[in-house]
Amino acid sequence: MLTNYLRLNLSLLYWVFVAPFRGEFFSISQIFRQMVFIGVRATSMVALTAFSIGVTLAMQAAHSLQQMGAEIYVPDLVMLSILREMGPVLIAVIVIGRSGSAVAAELGTMKVSEEIEALEVMAINPVQYLVVPRFLAMMIMLPALTVFGNYIGVVGGWAVCRFALNFNTAGYIMRALESADTWDLYSGIIKSVVFAWIVITIACNAGLHVEGGAEGVGQATTASVVQALLAMLVTNAILTGIFFFGG
Amino acid sequence: MNGEPVIEVDHLVRKFGDRAVLNDVSFNVQRGETLVIMGGSGCGKSTLLRHIIGSMKPTSGSVKIFGQEITTMNEREIADIRRRFGMLFQSGALLASLTVGENVALPLVQHTENSVAEIDQIVEEKLKMVGLSGFEELKPAEISGGMKKRVGLARALALDPELLFSDEPTSGLDPIMTAVVDQLTLKLTHGEHMTAVVVTHDMTSAFRIATRMIMLGHGSIVAQGTPDEIRNSPNPEVQQFINGEADGPIPLNLSQDEHEHHQHVKPRPFVAARHRFHRKTA
Repeated sequence: MLTNYLRLNLSLLYWVFVAPFRGEFFSISQIFRQMVFIGVRATSMVALTAFSIGVTLAMQAAHSLQQMGAEIYVPDLVMLSILREMGPVLIAVIVIGRSGSAVAAELGTMKVSEEIEALEVMAINPVQYLVVPRFLAMMIMLPALTVFGNYIGVVGGWAVCRFALNFNTAGYIMRALESADTWDLYSGIIKSVVFAWIVITIACNAGLHVEGGAEGVGQATTASVVQALLAMLVTNAILTGIFFFGG
Repeated sequence: MNGEPVIEVDHLVRKFGDRAVLNDVSFNVQRGETLVIMGGSGCGKSTLLRHIIGSMKPTSGSVKIFGQEITTMNEREIADIRRRFGMLFQSGALLASLTVGENVALPLVQHTENSVAEIDQIVEEKLKMVGLSGFEELKPAEISGGMKKRVGLARALALDPELLFSDEPTSGLDPIMTAVVDQLTLKLTHGEHMTAVVVTHDMTSAFRIATRMIMLGHGSIVAQGTPDEIRNSPNPEVQQFINGEADGPIPLNLSQDEHEHHQHVKPRPFVAARHRFHRKTA
């Protein structure tokens, strides 16, 4: 299992970074097709999730901070939690559930219906043809979705502050911008890039190694979601440790 | 036929655990020949085919294609050999996300520098050959199993291969389409000197296209020869197979293990009854 995963990663690195310089290009149109599928079609779900989280964070913060008369700090709390943790993690959860599972199931179905073997026999490398476009699409779209989700989450916080806590809009924006610096945004984007790698490689690996028909596809899909979630959460803890506790 | 072997299989052995699925199989295929490989289900036909196309590695023995040893090649070298042959899978193995036209175009897009217009023209021509003009825009899910197989054949022929492998090309086709596909194979092997290796159960089609036939049983070659030699073979297993008789020396559809098991243990009454039932109806 692990050797398969490492082999897939090596092969992926070769086809992304080495092969194009030897004249073996991956298909750009496939990348856009996958970007629409993995990223663009997930925007509504990401928006709804991020907005709910922004609203929830603001309400919880207001509840606690009001007791100390410090509700002025609600935007700080919303902004920092979303940029640093909630944004990257929750959006990765959405993408794992929606796109990671779909990729695992699609590749798994292709594997059991001999499509992958057919590609190999046509001298088309399945990693180059199938995995590289999905990988690059995910590496572009997950960070993009994270930035988009961060924005919507902060808007959710604004909604609570504006309509329940009587902040004015300018005040909320000022407070939020003052509390965060650019590193808070960047750390979240770096996390999302790492998560993108984890999610798509685990999903593709699970799909490409399916055995045993429809049941195998189901198991691989479940396994890819569970493994990607665990790997993503553990990595998140490690990255937070490095970024904010390291020195 | 200029006598140059396109495929040379020499003492090929493949074991899964202790069980030899292929046991010392040797044969050659000359350019322009059509070799038909036949044999009952589970006799190792598909495994043999997978060894010839390089997707499985043998336990021992050698397989040479175009004079080059394929069993010791790396992925890249195998890919270079594979550009010279086409393969038709049993299910067609079309990519479900692409249209029929895109499926046939796939090898051309990947391996040639042809312009879009040239590719479109070749796709049209290949689909016409298999009687499916005008189906370019449909998805594989929208056409029947037999049509998928014919699209698979068009795709296998897209690069005008020197060598064509077909895994049960005519199963699921109606008799007329079977004849069309057989004629196409004959035309390509006679006219264009393509070599074909066909795995099939369909005896009518096998005798129509074969220049040589191999019958596999229990992982080894039971009989080989020209269609006439096979037809007149004294071997009762061959006669049972080509005439499609239920009674004969070939064991019923039991796996190897079950078969041995039943030989050692006295069958329970209902198992024996089930056997008799199968013998009558199979």
